[in-house]
Amino acid sequence: MIWDRKNECMDREQMRNLQSERLVSVIQRVYDKVPFYRQLFQQEEIEPGDIKGVEDLSKLPFTTKDALRDNYPFGLFAEPMNKIVRVHASSGTTGKPIVVGYTKKDLDTWAELIARIVSQAGVTEDDVVQICFGYGLFTGGFGLHYGLEKLGTTIIPASVGNTRRQIMLMEDFGTTALVSTPSYALYMAEVVHELGIDLGKLKLRLGLFGAEPWSESMREQIQSKWGITATDNYGLSEIIGPGVSGECLEFKGLHISEDHFIPEIIDSETGEPLGFGETGELVFTTLTKEGFPVIRYRTKDISILWDDPCACGRTTARMKKVTGRTDDMLIIRGVNVFPSQIESVLMEIKGLAPIYQIIVDRKGHLDNMEVQVELEKDMFTGSFRDLEAMENKIRGKLNSVLSIDVRVKLVEPKSIERSEGKAKRVIDKRNL
Amino acid sequence: MGKVNQLSVFLENKSGRLARVTKVLGENDINIRALSIADTTDFGILRIIVNQPKEAYNILKSEGFVVTETDVIAVCIPDRPGGLGQVLAVLEQEQINIEYLYAFVGNTNTKNALVIFRVEDCDKAVDVLKTHGVQVVSGDKVYTM
Ligand SMILES: [Zn+2]
Repeated sequence: MIWDRKNECMDREQMRNLQSERLVSVIQRVYDKVPFYRQLFQQEEIEPGDIKGVEDLSKLPFTTKDALRDNYPFGLFAEPMNKIVRVHASSGTTGKPIVVGYTKKDLDTWAELIARIVSQAGVTEDDVVQICFGYGLFTGGFGLHYGLEKLGTTIIPASVGNTRRQIMLMEDFGTTALVSTPSYALYMAEVVHELGIDLGKLKLRLGLFGAEPWSESMREQIQSKWGITATDNYGLSEIIGPGVSGECLEFKGLHISEDHFIPEIIDSETGEPLGFGETGELVFTTLTKEGFPVIRYRTKDISILWDDPCACGRTTARMKKVTGRTDDMLIIRGVNVFPSQIESVLMEIKGLAPIYQIIVDRKGHLDNMEVQVELEKDMFTGSFRDLEAMENKIRGKLNSVLSIDVRVKLVEPKSIERSEGKAKRVIDKRNL
Repeated sequence: MGKVNQLSVFLENKSGRLARVTKVLGENDINIRALSIADTTDFGILRIIVNQPKEAYNILKSEGFVVTETDVIAVCIPDRPGGLGQVLAVLEQEQINIEYLYAFVGNTNTKNALVIFRVEDCDKAVDVLKTHGVQVVSGDKVYTM
């Protein structure tokens, strides 16, 4: 179902005009209300009046994650605190988190955006939706919650942890749609299998996954293990949280709510804007956010934008599923390696659990990469040759995809640490 | 007939995993009759013949080990020079490939040695060996030795 036909199926010319009008106003607003942006524009000798529409966007400087961090906690809020009704914060793995603030109107917008993405993923008011995202500073839980409530589904706010209990709820409450990270969905599937639960008795039909990059092959695994339709949705707290974009059931990319955000793709090295169909770093400008507007925010996520019409009827631009980040990229002996490439190779080989870890270290001046993969129990034949053949096959495929020599180590099931949230795929022991 | 049920256990080369297998089996009163380990620097396969293979299989499985059952044959080799060579010659002559072999450790009071063979086609191997007068020992006997 299309939740907001007017905005999701708008004529593209009309959308561009709407974006231009909103851009002009948000630039004036941040200039007036946020000292950081005023200084940034002044440094670049830009006056708000220079920005007359979308075509002037590339004149504006980028905003980086560091800038957001430097203004911790509330320095970039564009409204006084008495207008801010809620704050969330990113899970900063290092140092202070990035704090974002929402006005009442922002929360309404957010719920609308979620209602759009869950509708396009096939959720209806008849669904029973289990939200396995944390409810807290993280935007995932609350974000999905209010949008699903707006749509009118029955929500099970299960939050994270206690997987057996999650599965019990799923069985007893008749969950039809699961909201979680993709890695948690795979982990749950393993536990369901171990508990000997008959999947035929579960009512689960949809999975809405986000909050971490995941590959197409991981989607296939999730779909076949659960027997569900799995869609991707995308967002980051700096922009609004989940709801920035989501897949429709055509699986031709994630529709971006362009009436609220202008997406761009840039060359991450030079900062030059790239065209539709070109691979680069995603950049977003918020058009309607009151509490925490951001201008040309560099996401570090790698994607492609398309603007051709989608068979679902929506006209909004689509972004390619994010499978890597510019800062996920490992440089091994001068070669760029993305964990998602390794994941794709592993998922293509029968007999491997989709559980792996990449360990990088440096001996002397040489980088070494080891990929540890768990053996799937049923695939063990007892033959030494079969195991060696498996290792060689993985090694061969990785070498041909990555063009570097990789060490492969088969490990026992359950020996790699499981995550209930985001997966820790890379351990980099190099001190660079 | 004549086949022996061997358990093969996948072991990551981490200290303590082998000890864990023997401990779990010991706690469940399962005796190991024969044992062999093949390993690389990364992983190993432990091959064991025990008095109660089915029980041992279930126990190891429930303890989270990657374990599988493998058919092998046990051959009684006369304790005299060239005893093993004769058996190998028979197998080679009949074009039966040996994947691996190891000696049985359980039996100490006879003059003969038991050797465990893993071959591609166990049934054929048993037939061939018997027609050449080699003594093939059945699983039931091996488990209780
Ligand atoms: Zn579509």
